[in-house]
Amino acid sequence: MSALPPYASKTQIAWHYTFRAICGLIFFFLIFPIIVIVPLSFNAEDFFTFTPKMLALDPEGYSFKHYQDFFTNPDWQQALYNSITIAPVATLLATAFGTLAAIGLSQSHVPFKSAIMAILISPMIVPLIISAAGMYFFYSRIGLQGTYLGVVMAHAALGTPFVIITVTATLVGFDRSLTRASASMGADPVRTFFKVQMPLIIPGVVSGALFAFITSFDEVVVVLFLGSASQKTLPWQMFTGLREQISPTILAVATLMVAISIVLLTVLELLRRRSERLRGLTPG
Amino acid sequence: MSSTNEDHVSNGTMPDDGIMRAADGTPLKQRLAKALRREKLRSFLLIAPLLLFILLTFVAPIADMLFRSVENNIVEDTIPRTVEALAQWDPEYDQLPDEAVFKALHDDLQIAVAERIHTRLGSRLNYESSGMSGLFRKTGRRIKRMDEGDYKAQFIAADKDWGDLETWRVIRRFSAPYTAGYFLSAADAERTSEGIELKPENERVYLMLFGRTLTMSIAITISCLLLGFPIAYLLAHLPLKTSNMLMILVLLPFWTSLLVRTSAWKVLLQQQGVINDFLVWIRLIDDANRLVMINNQTGTIIAMTHILLPFMILPLFSVMKTIAPYYVRAAKSLGANDWTAFWRVYFPQTVPGIGAGAILVFILSIGYYITPELVGGTSGIFISNRIAYHISSSLNWGLAAALGTILLALVMLLFYLYDKIVGIDNVKLG
Repeated sequence: MSALPPYASKTQIAWHYTFRAICGLIFFFLIFPIIVIVPLSFNAEDFFTFTPKMLALDPEGYSFKHYQDFFTNPDWQQALYNSITIAPVATLLATAFGTLAAIGLSQSHVPFKSAIMAILISPMIVPLIISAAGMYFFYSRIGLQGTYLGVVMAHAALGTPFVIITVTATLVGFDRSLTRASASMGADPVRTFFKVQMPLIIPGVVSGALFAFITSFDEVVVVLFLGSASQKTLPWQMFTGLREQISPTILAVATLMVAISIVLLTVLELLRRRSERLRGLTPG
Repeated sequence: MSSTNEDHVSNGTMPDDGIMRAADGTPLKQRLAKALRREKLRSFLLIAPLLLFILLTFVAPIADMLFRSVENNIVEDTIPRTVEALAQWDPEYDQLPDEAVFKALHDDLQIAVAERIHTRLGSRLNYESSGMSGLFRKTGRRIKRMDEGDYKAQFIAADKDWGDLETWRVIRRFSAPYTAGYFLSAADAERTSEGIELKPENERVYLMLFGRTLTMSIAITISCLLLGFPIAYLLAHLPLKTSNMLMILVLLPFWTSLLVRTSAWKVLLQQQGVINDFLVWIRLIDDANRLVMINNQTGTIIAMTHILLPFMILPLFSVMKTIAPYYVRAAKSLGANDWTAFWRVYFPQTVPGIGAGAILVFILSIGYYITPELVGGTSGIFISNRIAYHISSSLNWGLAAALGTILLALVMLLFYLYDKIVGIDNVKLG
């Protein structure tokens, strides 16, 4: 596929370019909806489509007014505040519990390993609407429904499977003789963990934490049921905005969120390269 | 095993009985078993905090939901004496319950009305037989004015439904602390005096919704496969540098917030949206005949295919990456043309990837809520939207729990298949 051999027949050449064109169209389908909201978020009018002025690239057709609305509207500011107070705490909980459990699970003699693994992974598998329903019923029984703590705990539970998976993946390539060497030189287990094991698995921990963060930061179904109006997060505000009065401010928020995803994606890629380098693999 | 406790190092002579011993004289087997126990304990202590956390925050809620789908304490809790008295009554017998039952009902309702819980019982029984809610409301208003003696006549005077055998049959039928009633409703069936039967055709909502959820999920899975296969193939066969660059185009949507992508589709597909504007501009369609692509099934399928496509591409890509190029070359050198080499040699090797991607996309799509809610209108909604409706609008939590339980069972079954095909440990991210 990579290159056409010089002896390729006419049909082969034709197919080669048709195939690439098809792939180009699919890539366009994947990326276009995300790209298109960026210019639309600078629309000077309250429309969701390109105005003639925008198409003519007239500077008057563009403005920052939707961004201004986002940064001054108390509803959006409250949502932003809630999002950045819920997600980091949920991430911290998920990462701490998840890393410990992944280290425990990677030991060689764990009783009921597969059953435990199944339970710990389950929040990722069960459809969100079912998790949300169950949590709503149960948390209202124990008085956590509509509280900050309830939402944080729910988000932490949803984030842990990602931490377990990424940390376990890094531990698979972990050389056990390193901890033995450290122990034989007189380091106690805690020191061994922080000085030898932790630096090697840190890429897995960080990428797990990023997954947990994005899970909480993007999550809307559970918070919609579990939270009360004072736990309204950014995705919740977007959801109600899209369902009721659709305002172009949503596009400004969406653009900012795309920017956040690009940052996260870059960090993850750098981490992956570092991890491969540390484990002696050539970076891809 | 790292435990070398110096206090125990014995320098006495070992008994020569053929048993392998550690330095302190205890049999080696014993020491090894002890070390193993300690290792097990240590790993368990590392896992325990998370296990407890997940059991409390996640497994208990799911168990609660399963329990709620059959729980029916409300009848017994609200009118306990009536339930007890009614146990003597034979519902097949063509006569109303006797005065003792009516007296019990009067006593129960007096307490229930004082605590304002009789309307809840009414709405609960209304799920089974319409009219019950009004009956309890009406009787509740009259209960205080009832005189002692001959309650039967007074109840029938308050509402003639109390003189209807069917009312009493319903109360008796649903007075047990557990019920299959919610599951029957979830399957569009009901338990009448004649036994279990399907509801009249025009009232069958849930079977239709389950069917639609499944067929639309299949449609989404197929379109993801059709669009994902070429991309995965291209990425797996391009030089590493180019494919890494193009991979960004797959990973960026994957990492972008679900709501961002849904709102983008809402903007694109609207009648005054970008796609329609473009089609009008190139004169492909008339301004008056703009396409309706949103708030229907088309909108749901397009948006969800876009959202779930990376979940198809990534597993397919990782399988195609491992397929050695020799087989196709060998096939071609033996005289196969391009198509035969692809279809008979290459394609069969991608089947594990197709299986993994298809099941993953299918599992994810049957439980989707947000996207169908926002772009599905009324014809494009899924069963999960109905669950949400019963939780927050109609407040029929039992039915929501029963629908959720059925959906959960379906997902678990599919996941069991996924585990058999791919293995739960092979789940890869990014």
